Amino acid sequence: MHELSICNAIASTAVKHAEGRPVTQVKVQIGHLRQVVPDALQFSWEVVSSTTDLKDAQLVIEQVPAVVECLDCGATTVLDLAILACGACDGFDVKLLSGEELLVVSIDLVDA
Amino acid sequence: MGRFHLHADGTDHVHELDPDAGHHQDHDHPHPDAGKTPEVGDHSGYLETGQTRITILENLLSENDRVADDNGRRLAAAGVRAVNLMSSPGAGKTTLLRKTLERMGDAVRIGVLEGDIATSLDADQLQGAGATAISVVNTSAGFGGECHLDAVMVRSGMERLPLPELDLLIIENVGNLVCPAEFRVGEDARAMVFAVTEGEEKPLKYPVMFRAADVVVVNKIDLLPHLDFDVDLFLSNLKAVNPRAHIIMASARSGEGVEEWCAWLAAQGELVPAPSQV
Repeated sequence: MHELSICNAIASTAVKHAEGRPVTQVKVQIGHLRQVVPDALQFSWEVVSSTTDLKDAQLVIEQVPAVVECLDCGATTVLDLAILACGACDGFDVKLLSGEELLVVSIDLVDA
Repeated sequence: MGRFHLHADGTDHVHELDPDAGHHQDHDHPHPDAGKTPEVGDHSGYLETGQTRITILENLLSENDRVADDNGRRLAAAGVRAVNLMSSPGAGKTTLLRKTLERMGDAVRIGVLEGDIATSLDADQLQGAGATAISVVNTSAGFGGECHLDAVMVRSGMERLPLPELDLLIIENVGNLVCPAEFRVGEDARAMVFAVTEGEEKPLKYPVMFRAADVVVVNKIDLLPHLDFDVDLFLSNLKAVNPRAHIIMASARSGEGVEEWCAWLAAQGELVPAPSQV
């Protein structure tokens, strides 16, 4: 389960930017192509955050759909499956616009 | 967008809630295009009085990637090309590796970094096959066990290898079709072993792994007469998720395709003329 590793990375990124200030919320963006299971991530967060300075911080997960742009016909397709194909012309020559995100977007801090 | 408020000590200030405010500019990471991530804005959650939101937009794997880049630089400085070898458990990585060492080990100085949750069984299987050096990295700590190698684990495994004496480092990842694909370790190329016993649909079920591969070795083809496996369907599924992968049909057991695989490996670093090109 790489959700635990990802949570460790979320925690260390949040702690680094918090610089000792209490964190109430950590928001992350996870692309659909990342195969991260939100429930498993949320569960791992309970485990990881309870052992760090982040034990009161809530994890907010924004899922980002996988979107491709066709380089042949120019159509934009939101993917249901991880098959990188154009929904309009079925071509495979596509550019990935989103879906690979694995970002800490923001943290909320209690003001000093 | 901003929040003006008064502190108890009489000072006041505005907290900028603009996505770029508070963003540390002194680090290097990819920023998503503004147009493609419309959700980045500050509208998805109520911010209580007395709180500040800091926008970070930092890639979660940036620390891993930093170490991976370090690993890559150290390997390059020592003149070593590195291949990350991935597959599900039992697809035949170790058998293929043993055949690789037997075929190429005399001409190319090959180091092997063995990642396993526990035991050195795979490394034991490789003993005497022709590797210049073997380093075992067990990913378990107590009863746990990471399902993949990350850059830090590979760094510690590399420290036990005589890099200047190597031409090629093969990193045998933990058998797993999901997690290893997410973690760069400093490799120059990624190879995947897929066994025909796994089923034609696997590229669609594990697209991240199949997309990550530069080469896919389709292994155990000696078993095809006994299976219902549809090679064409598998290849079209693979093409759907990764149109660029080089494909090698092989059987590590019978030796078929091993030569083509060794030629691919050799070509990665122009290490030596591909062995016994007949």
